[in-house]
Formats: sequence, C-alpha cells, structure tokens
Amino acid sequence: MSLEAEDLNRRLLRARDAMDRAYAEPLDVRAVAAVAYISPAHFSRSFRDVFGETPHRYLQRRRVERSMFLLRETDRSVTDVCFDVGFTSLGTFIRTFHRIVGETPSAYRLGNGPIVAPHCVQLAAMRPRLAADEIAESSQSSSFGEAAAATALYGD
Amino acid sequence: MITRLNVASIYVLDKEEALDFYVNKLGLEKGNDVRQGEYRWLTIRVPGQPGTEVSLEQPGSPLHDEATAAQLRELITKGALGGLVFITDDARGLYEELKERGVTDFTQEPTDHFYGTDMGVRDPFGNPIRILQQGKVAQKATA
Repeated sequence: MSLEAEDLNRRLLRARDAMDRAYAEPLDVRAVAAVAYISPAHFSRSFRDVFGETPHRYLQRRRVERSMFLLRETDRSVTDVCFDVGFTSLGTFIRTFHRIVGETPSAYRLGNGPIVAPHCVQLAAMRPRLAADEIAESSQSSSFGEAAAATALYGD
Repeated sequence: MITRLNVASIYVLDKEEALDFYVNKLGLEKGNDVRQGEYRWLTIRVPGQPGTEVSLEQPGSPLHDEATAAQLRELITKGALGGLVFITDDARGLYEELKERGVTDFTQEPTDHFYGTDMGVRDPFGNPIRILQQGKVAQKATA
C-alpha cells in the first residue's frame, strides 16, 4: 500500500468523521468531499472503495442508529426524532426505519428501553448492518421479509 | 493474580510524529525511549502515572514483512484498529485546550451521558481516542 493510498484513507476517514458529527444536517456532498480534498464527482466512489459502502448508505445507518437511541432513551415524539437525526420527511423516516429495523419507530420504542453501555459502544454496536435498499431487495425476493431483515440486523 | 495493566500498544505510521501529538498536543508524557539498532522502544503515559504505558509501534521491519506492514497501515488510516480511552477531570476544559493546541480531528465534541461527559478525537494516523470525565455531570452541564 502506497503512501498516497494511506493519505487518501486518512482524508476519507476525516470526511466520514465529519458526517458522523453532522448526521443531523442535510448531507452536503460538496462540503464533505472538501474535507477529504476530493472533487464531489469522485468522492462517492473513493469513499466506497475505502469503506465498502457509499456515503449515503453510511449516513443512513448512522441516522437510524441515532433515531433508535432517541426512541430508547428519550420521550421525544417520533416526528421530533425524525427531524432530530436529519430526515426531512416523516414518511421516509418511518418507511426507512421499518425496512431496516423490522418494526415501526413506535413499536421499537415500546419494546426497547435504555442500554447501560458507554456512548461509543452503543454508537458502534447498535448501528444497523444493512441499509434500507438492501433489505427491500431481500423482502421482495422472499416471503419471509421480516425474518430476513431480523437476521440481517442481528445475524452476524 | 494479575495486579495491573502495564503496557498496551497501538500502531502508528511514524513514531516521531506520534510522540509530538501524544505529548505536545494531547498532554501525555514520554515514558521509555530506548534505541536498539534500528528499533526504538517508545512509550507514552499519563503524567504522574508511570504504572501504565502505551507503546507506540510502527508497522514494518523487524516486526512485520512489508506486505503485512502495508495491511496494518491501511487499517490504521481507515480508523479500523482499536484505540485508547483516557480519563480527565474536566472534559470541556480539555476540549478547549486541545483546540488551542491545534487539534482538529474531533470525532465527537464533549457530550453528556448518564455516566459522565466524553469526547472523541483521532490521532494523526486515524487511531480513535476517547476521553471521559466520569460522574453524573450531565444534567447540570447542558439542557
């Protein structure tokens, strides 16, 4: 691995950290790409090459994880949680959440209470393994869509 | 019975640059710095706490062949390796100090939790560092 590749990795990691910090704001690909000193046109492919997923998918998993946290730990309404974590449409939030988690935000809140573990452990451990579009595909190809989603979330 | 953690190690891309960050930016102190031929045993530690040190290891000869070293460097710079967790008595004060010393790679600004206030930062190479102020300071610190 060349020094150039290591430098690219490090810059993309810096951009990924920026997304983690600003998950609640709209994804500004131009601004995030600028953090990595990469042109917006090349950013998404470079990010995927290094981290194995697109910036959009990475951010979606971060937002859903944060929404799960707020649903578990706070009394904020589902609508507030939706906007707190950066979704701009309640319908999109509920649909995305349901696809990934396998139940609605309200149902998830009813079934799950606070987790007694440090913040950084929760951030890493509770982030969904798959993004919504991947689970949608498995749901369409199987009559056991819910089971497939559950396996995808907790199976590894 | 094991009585204490003595040395843990992390991988860095450059020992001198690592020393500058961990000592001059983060505020730790140099521990052992022993040269034996090409190898340099270099550790850092919390000031006043000589009992536990962090060894700064650089991938490559004589520990690794070049292919293995390249894999390690790739993982370091992707932020995929394990990091360090430190304790502070003033997370927000330290955060301001670190910014004044030129630290920019924060992964998380000081945030309150039921167990205290913590923040996240990366070293120059991508290793994650978390710094925690223990105790229930959360409720009074922010809304």
